[in-house]
Amino acid sequence: MRLLPAFPFLTQLLFLLPIAAGLFGVLLPALGYLPDLGGDKFHFEVFRQLLEHPALPHAVWLTLFSGIAATFISLSLAIFLATMLSRTSLSGNKNNRMASLFVIVRRGLIPLIAVPHAAMALGLAFLVAPSGWLVRWFSFLLMGWETPPEWVTVQDPFGLSLILGLVLKETPYLLLMILAALPQIRAQEYIRIGQSLGYGNLRSWLKLVLPQVYPLIRLPVFAVLAFSLSVVDVALILGPSTPPTLSVLILRWIDNPDLSFRFLASAGAVLLLLLTLGALLFWRVSEWLLLQKWRNWLSNGKRGNRNEAQKLAALSGLLLLGTAFLSVLGLAFWSLSLRWPYPYVLPQRWTSRNWERHWTSIQETSFTTLELGVIAVLIALILVVGCLENEQWRRVSFSFRSQWLLYLPLLIPQATFLLGIQILAVRLEMDGTFLLLVWSHLLFVLPYIFLTLADPWRNLDTRFPQIGQCLGASPLRVLFRIKLPLLLKPLLVAAAVGFAVSVSQYLPTLFAGGGRFATLTTEAVSYAAGADRRVIGVYGFLQALFPWIALLLALAIPHWRFRNRATLL
Amino acid sequence: MNNIFNYNSATESETMSKTLNFIIFTTLFLLLSSFSVSANSWEDISKKAKGQTVYWNAWGGSEEINSYISWVGTRVKEDYGVTLKHVKLASTADAVSRVLAEKAAGRTTNGSVDLIWINGENFAKMKENGLLFGPFTDNLPNFKLVDFSGKPTTLLDFNLPVEGYEAPWGMAKFNFVFDSARVSETPKSIPELLQWSKRHPGRFTYPHVTDFLGSTFIMQALIELTANPEVLNRSVKSEVEFSKVTAPLWSYLNQLHPLLWRSGNSFPSSSSVQQQMLNDSELDIALSFNPSATSAAIANGSLTESARTFVLKKGTIGNTHFVGIPFNSGSSEGAMIVANFLMSPEAQMEKQNPDIWGDSTVLSITKLSAQQQQKFKALPLGVATLPPEKLGPTQPNPHPDWKNQLSTEWQRRYGQ
Amino acid sequence: MLKLENISLKIDGNPLFSKLNLEVNAGQVKTVMGPSGCGKSSLLAHLCGTLPSVFQTSGKIILHEKTLDDLPPHERKLGILFQDDLLFPHLSVGENLAFALPAKIRRHERHDKIEQALEEIELSGMHERDPASLSGGQRARVALMRTLLAQPVALLLDEPFSKLDQELRGRFRKLVFAHAVKNRLPTLLVTHDHADAQAAGGDIIAL
Repeated sequence: MRLLPAFPFLTQLLFLLPIAAGLFGVLLPALGYLPDLGGDKFHFEVFRQLLEHPALPHAVWLTLFSGIAATFISLSLAIFLATMLSRTSLSGNKNNRMASLFVIVRRGLIPLIAVPHAAMALGLAFLVAPSGWLVRWFSFLLMGWETPPEWVTVQDPFGLSLILGLVLKETPYLLLMILAALPQIRAQEYIRIGQSLGYGNLRSWLKLVLPQVYPLIRLPVFAVLAFSLSVVDVALILGPSTPPTLSVLILRWIDNPDLSFRFLASAGAVLLLLLTLGALLFWRVSEWLLLQKWRNWLSNGKRGNRNEAQKLAALSGLLLLGTAFLSVLGLAFWSLSLRWPYPYVLPQRWTSRNWERHWTSIQETSFTTLELGVIAVLIALILVVGCLENEQWRRVSFSFRSQWLLYLPLLIPQATFLLGIQILAVRLEMDGTFLLLVWSHLLFVLPYIFLTLADPWRNLDTRFPQIGQCLGASPLRVLFRIKLPLLLKPLLVAAAVGFAVSVSQYLPTLFAGGGRFATLTTEAVSYAAGADRRVIGVYGFLQALFPWIALLLALAIPHWRFRNRATLL
Repeated sequence: MNNIFNYNSATESETMSKTLNFIIFTTLFLLLSSFSVSANSWEDISKKAKGQTVYWNAWGGSEEINSYISWVGTRVKEDYGVTLKHVKLASTADAVSRVLAEKAAGRTTNGSVDLIWINGENFAKMKENGLLFGPFTDNLPNFKLVDFSGKPTTLLDFNLPVEGYEAPWGMAKFNFVFDSARVSETPKSIPELLQWSKRHPGRFTYPHVTDFLGSTFIMQALIELTANPEVLNRSVKSEVEFSKVTAPLWSYLNQLHPLLWRSGNSFPSSSSVQQQMLNDSELDIALSFNPSATSAAIANGSLTESARTFVLKKGTIGNTHFVGIPFNSGSSEGAMIVANFLMSPEAQMEKQNPDIWGDSTVLSITKLSAQQQQKFKALPLGVATLPPEKLGPTQPNPHPDWKNQLSTEWQRRYGQ
Repeated sequence: MLKLENISLKIDGNPLFSKLNLEVNAGQVKTVMGPSGCGKSSLLAHLCGTLPSVFQTSGKIILHEKTLDDLPPHERKLGILFQDDLLFPHLSVGENLAFALPAKIRRHERHDKIEQALEEIELSGMHERDPASLSGGQRARVALMRTLLAQPVALLLDEPFSKLDQELRGRFRKLVFAHAVKNRLPTLLVTHDHADAQAAGGDIIAL
């Protein structure tokens, strides 16, 4: 019991200290100070060099455009879908069909979150390529093109396919956040009031619910924005290559054999951080401006149609689901094909050889991925449970500041502080160690586990622990015999989410692992460079499979364990 | 000498002198054996190497090569007890950076890279910065089988003397790949390539200059277009010289680019991407560094059965690829075992088999036994491989200086 | 005997009640009554030791000569019954009862005691049942048995009868008070229902 305050303290130590160290470690070379490479004076030469680099203006523009556009589209789509999916009362025959459609969309979108973004990007790359699946279907059914059309889809200069790849992953995530926040503001009741006052479903939602739910999802939106601006693996796969986004440019500079480019990379990383902060600020200011402008709209009395945009919502939901599903299916098909040339719609020759050939490597990387994920998740769970217990027993309420602290690793660009940490780790001869690798994953796993577990934990009827205590059970016994069993499903779902986050990490494994550790994601992205779609299919599909299995287990185990307990099913 | 072991003989003084002899002999023996230890006999290397794990950082962009490396791993484990781990790189520069960073941070033992697939400017960089272990090739028994006279690039890497700091393991020759089902006439020179592109716009391109194949294409074009290609064999004297020598190249590319895939606004990021584009029928002509790679790709299902190769009439660039050992490797003995195995007739034969990889050997066939020579001659050529007499002359790689400056200038002109 | 000495409860500086003095003897039932919001449930929470820290308290709680104020809740040996049965949903009926039994009672004895308890409330053979499959009245009886099996030294009742319908109410009331007397437990009942207070039969204190 006395140990409990140690948990939040430890957690904060785990976060704050290394992140600060990382930022420090990247700022110094950016200012010219890296004694190991001969830089022993502080100066702004490096920044001048950076700003004069010919690729920079376009990279910055591309980064900002793709990041902000992807976030805006994802948010709009998520809100749109939420308005339809959160409905409970639907009457009439037409609506029953629509209702079941929505149920399908809802059920399908949530597992989408478990698919790592790199796998999704790989699948999407094939789906929309000029010689890709969609074109092949189109050509087969309509056009009969002998050679692929000269369209620019994947790696297009405006970053549109990059935006699409990001939207596919971020929309379900934001949707989930919205749906989770709704009960807190009693959305259903407000919708009912709005409808009784004559407003259509969509309008009620936008005018009554959105203003209330938005502050609750602001942090997730910020996390999405920060991620979109700094993502590396999806940008490598779907984004343009000449010139690329800023984060990819930074990665290229790090890889440059001429070590003086390290300075440039550090400066670029600092710039990326500034861009992110600027974009967050811009977003926040835009929110405020929008609110000012639309305040009138909120109470102008325009009611709108009863069921407007319902069909559109269903369509967009299905489209999203379909695209994601086909992306992953494409990966699976490629993994089983020997030869699948254009314009065949299905593989010309099937084989299991791709799996056989890579079997040892698959085993090794799967094991590493699994080991890493499980350990990171376990540590995170222990820390989170400790923090939550501390909250309840010490009756300390969760402050707003702590929530920002939790989100910190998600708001700072990975490239920025991970680069700093790598520089420090090489110094301390800690790079390439499993410990550092686990920690780098923990940094991202923990926030998600906390966010997934916190609400169910806090919402557990406090009288159960009370009764337990009055029946003579110590707080520890209450934790293990009452709380944890009752929260088995949220615990397992949080673990599955954390595991999915770990599986999809790319930069942390690359940097902290020092190239010694191969996970499914690093293999998949490196094979993406090799462009052999069959191997990409194997690793991409596996990468998607693992989190799915975890999610499946998370839902199946409580179902089996509580098969005789009606209230917990 | 017999006296030393014959203690039964005579007087005390004799015993004293025998003991003295014994001491002297033993000391000499120990001294001599320590000499041979520092001369690193192959036996000692093999002994030390047993049980070591070697992290071989090598380009991982080709399935065929990855499978071959995997096979090498199985073999060195069987024969020498060395565990080989293939660290797949997108670019060799990744590993060079890492070793450099380790040196800068003072890590002089147990570095993260034990063996590195290297040549050209990467080799130059490592040698300049003292990042390589060695010289070590003289310790390797199979090194003497290499064809030094017939393949001078095994001793001169991009015009830089190797001096034992890297071990050769394969030969490369720049060539073009095309889909014979769609292309009937192939260009025979760089200017003819431009003409071909005029007739088939958008059906050819070359990888971005940061990819080794892309930069080789630029250099190949430069060799053919410039007035005095001999200046390319030494470093760049001045900016003026550079501008003068490369002027015809830029004017050529300015004409070529609008006729390329996507009008030259975008270039495939790597050679593997480009091969996939050929496979997807997005291109009709692509580039390659291995004359047999196309046959291997067909066998592997990575290219259409109608893929074939061609070279330029005046000849194409060729070079050797090597493996080097970083100075701070903790498993240098194991790395040497692997380097030696790579040069063995068995490994070279397996490698040259077009069903496996098709990469040409560095060995001199005449230095091998009759049986091994037979086996080599029996290796199939591969359906898309040009026979040796049709491969044309081999041109040497320009000095790394030219490559670096060309790369920078290209990026400045054509898109970062 | 359960003794409350000068118990005061404040929240944010506003007093709920002050200087409450009370003595309950073994087997005796005393009732505390008051309107909603007057602090009845908070009083019981304070006695249990599970009162949230927003409250300020003063006074002493003494149980059989021992002061309870510094003891953690699980060492106070105060049984409590709530309005809701609060049977643990993840445990079966038998497991719920077993949870309450002190650890020092071993296997066979445990099993016997549980069977005994089930028999007493006419639920023999329901060991493996899901609590959610029982009726409201059955669940209330199991909750009572669970509280008693923990061998408490006093009993606190937080309006445990209000969610039962009239018919069940009377029977359950009788059952609870009978057990309180039988086990010689000083019992404190908190309620706003007069019929409950009457049935308890003891003193009634108004808050």
